[in-house]
Amino acid sequence: MTPRQKRMTFVAMLIAGVGVFVYLITQALNENINHFYSPTDIVEGKAPQNHSFRIGGLVVAGSVVRDTQSLNIAFDLTDNTNNFTVNYEGILPDLFREGQGIVATGELKGNVFVAEEVLAKHDENYMPPEVAEALKKSGKYEAAKNMEHPENVPVGQTANPAPGAAAPVSNEEAK
Amino acid sequence: MIAEIGHFALILALCLAVIQSFVPLIGAHKGYSSWVQVASPAALGQTLFITISFFCLTYVFLVDDFSVAYAVRQSNTELPDMYKISAVWGGHEGSLLMWVWFLAIWTAAVALFSRTMPLIVRGRVIAVMGLISIGFLLFMLLTSNPFDRIFPAALEGRSLNPLLQDIGLIIHPPMLYMGYVGFAVAFAFAIAAMIGGKLDSAWAKWSRPWTLIAWVFLTVGIALGSWWAYYELGWGGWWFWDPVENASFMPWLIGTALIHSLAATEKRGVFKAWTVLLAVFAFSLSLLGTFLVRSGVLTSVHAFANDPERGIFILIFLAIVVGGSLALYAWRAPQIRSAVKVNMLSREGGLLINNILFVTIAASILLGTLYPLAMDALGAGKISVGPPYFDALFVPLTIPVAMLLGVAALARWKQDSFARIGNKLVIPFVISIVVGTALPFTLLEEVKWGAVVASILAVWITLTSLQGIIDRVAGKQNKLQALRNTPRGFYGMTFAHMGVGVFVMGITITTLYSTEKDIRLVQGDSYDIGEYSFVLNSVATVKGPNYRATEGRFTALYQGQEISQLRSQKRLYNAGGMPMTEAGIDAGFWRDLYVSLGEELDSNGAWSVRIYHKPFIRWIWLGALIMAFGGLLAATDKRYRKTVKEARAEDAAVGVA
Repeated sequence: MTPRQKRMTFVAMLIAGVGVFVYLITQALNENINHFYSPTDIVEGKAPQNHSFRIGGLVVAGSVVRDTQSLNIAFDLTDNTNNFTVNYEGILPDLFREGQGIVATGELKGNVFVAEEVLAKHDENYMPPEVAEALKKSGKYEAAKNMEHPENVPVGQTANPAPGAAAPVSNEEAK
Repeated sequence: MIAEIGHFALILALCLAVIQSFVPLIGAHKGYSSWVQVASPAALGQTLFITISFFCLTYVFLVDDFSVAYAVRQSNTELPDMYKISAVWGGHEGSLLMWVWFLAIWTAAVALFSRTMPLIVRGRVIAVMGLISIGFLLFMLLTSNPFDRIFPAALEGRSLNPLLQDIGLIIHPPMLYMGYVGFAVAFAFAIAAMIGGKLDSAWAKWSRPWTLIAWVFLTVGIALGSWWAYYELGWGGWWFWDPVENASFMPWLIGTALIHSLAATEKRGVFKAWTVLLAVFAFSLSLLGTFLVRSGVLTSVHAFANDPERGIFILIFLAIVVGGSLALYAWRAPQIRSAVKVNMLSREGGLLINNILFVTIAASILLGTLYPLAMDALGAGKISVGPPYFDALFVPLTIPVAMLLGVAALARWKQDSFARIGNKLVIPFVISIVVGTALPFTLLEEVKWGAVVASILAVWITLTSLQGIIDRVAGKQNKLQALRNTPRGFYGMTFAHMGVGVFVMGITITTLYSTEKDIRLVQGDSYDIGEYSFVLNSVATVKGPNYRATEGRFTALYQGQEISQLRSQKRLYNAGGMPMTEAGIDAGFWRDLYVSLGEELDSNGAWSVRIYHKPFIRWIWLGALIMAFGGLLAATDKRYRKTVKEARAEDAAVGVA
């Protein structure tokens, strides 16, 4: 081969290699992407059946039903416009509680969302961004914020009113 | 008062950083050597002031000065002193302060231990590090000052996130940050070399030990983070492909490529431009890591302390660093063509393949991590990329790494032959197949294909690595002397490669053979996993220094014999009322037993309980520690520790001075 041919072969191989890599990556990405839907999206029929996706919302107070003989649990999630029922079998994260914003991954089976994984944030003041956005869309964000954190007062303040404690340490993260 | 001293010290450090960067750069350009000499003392001064600042903040935390906003957010009077100290870097402002503090320490180390380098190069390196420091100090002073006061002062702090109140989290962030910031040194060397326009193999030799040490810190940091996630998050996983984890793993992958590429550049003068690019990317990804973790743009299970507005500052900073260095690269790269041709069948050919594989892995992880961000920015909806994506790419790309790493190390520089390498590989190959297949059959009750593959690979890696040592001894009169003459760097490489074998074995066996059960267990009942039984004896209430806990007491038995008592706590912290689960773990070389207490299911003493049997899980972290040990051996090779006199003599002889 002439040097020119050699160079062209090299370039061709490089392009082929990158092409294969990009193809494999896009394949892998497409198969493993989880879309996010709010309860309203699901009620409106936007979410697919039997395909993995994520749902997020606030756990509706009083909706948590626990089976006494197994680890099955059912609860409703809300974006304050619509509610949707989620079933889960297993141990819930520490921060799971009524009023808390959570995200669950799983599949839609008929009229229930069967979750494989339930995530609550590490930080008790933190709302998952998806949930915050879903609430903003439904125009219920401020109400939800107040509802969500009844305990969200600095420790010093509950015991002794210390006005200074509240302002600089308020929970801006959730915005 | 102490807080003001800390704040003032930061401002002084910024002033010194400005002097440290601009005076030597101008001096080097104009040829004023006295200006270049300013670099070292300015760097040492900056280090002193940032150190003062860091200790001031620690003092604020130790004396519970709740007139400082950051302390109110992070600390609490009930917190044990140890955690008050670690709370200093538990949040955004403090971790930034630690970042610049480490940067200053690295800079001071360069100033003190690089006397063998030409003055002008050292001046430029320190100046570039000063520029980075200016960026971070400005960021802190303008957007996230840890010393900001509040008035009136709070009576009590909100306390450190309970998840962070743990020994693993005392050491993990400092290690990780030392690694991140350490790549700033490699970056500074690369930039300094480009500014000087002289990319000979000398710069590779100077930056090698620094890059190795940074890599060691990062390796240990990531391993600690994984270990912490395993026992503290309560789900017993050791890696989640979480964006924050990816953020630390990408610089590690590029850093790994970099230490290999540096070897080729130093020994053979090849891949010069590529190595510079890797150094730029390793540091850029470290910055990206800081950005991803701190900005709150990602949905991550551990997005602590974040704020989008600050993210924009880091993003701009990142753009300047990456854009600036790439512009410099585009300007200088045409001049730094390697004159030597690379033969694929040689050590440098092997290193090239290593680089291609590692960069590919890093690129695919980067894509998976940033794809959701890109989609969101384009308004295509909120998506997340799950672990299957990463597994699907990581596993097939890691197998060739495992197959080739020992082989490539056996190849000679410059030119080798298939016959010569093949000869050396026959015996290791046969033993790997035989022993590698036999091991799973003798050690494991049920044999899975994956375990056989992993075991063959692990034996193969170990033998091909050891073959390198055997080669050095074979045919020598005095074998012991030959071992002693083998440079420490070579032993370092051998250890690091064998660590990969241990790591591969650990991952595969843990993934394939772990048993994970979420079950309902009544007090007094037992549950069996294989030959292990777990009994829930009782559930009691206990009180800690700053929390109350419900404690589940378990007995673990093996073939009916008691082997350990396990305690898992469900803690409720006094400050903030945040719950957290503390798992009970019986750790062992061959397996871990792991229990964690869920919720009370009814009043008859039934609890939900999580019980895991995890074989070989310790091997994952052990492998990482062996790699880090190898890196440490290599970094302390005596050829990097030449005294000034020796270096001068050598320079004079070669005539480069």
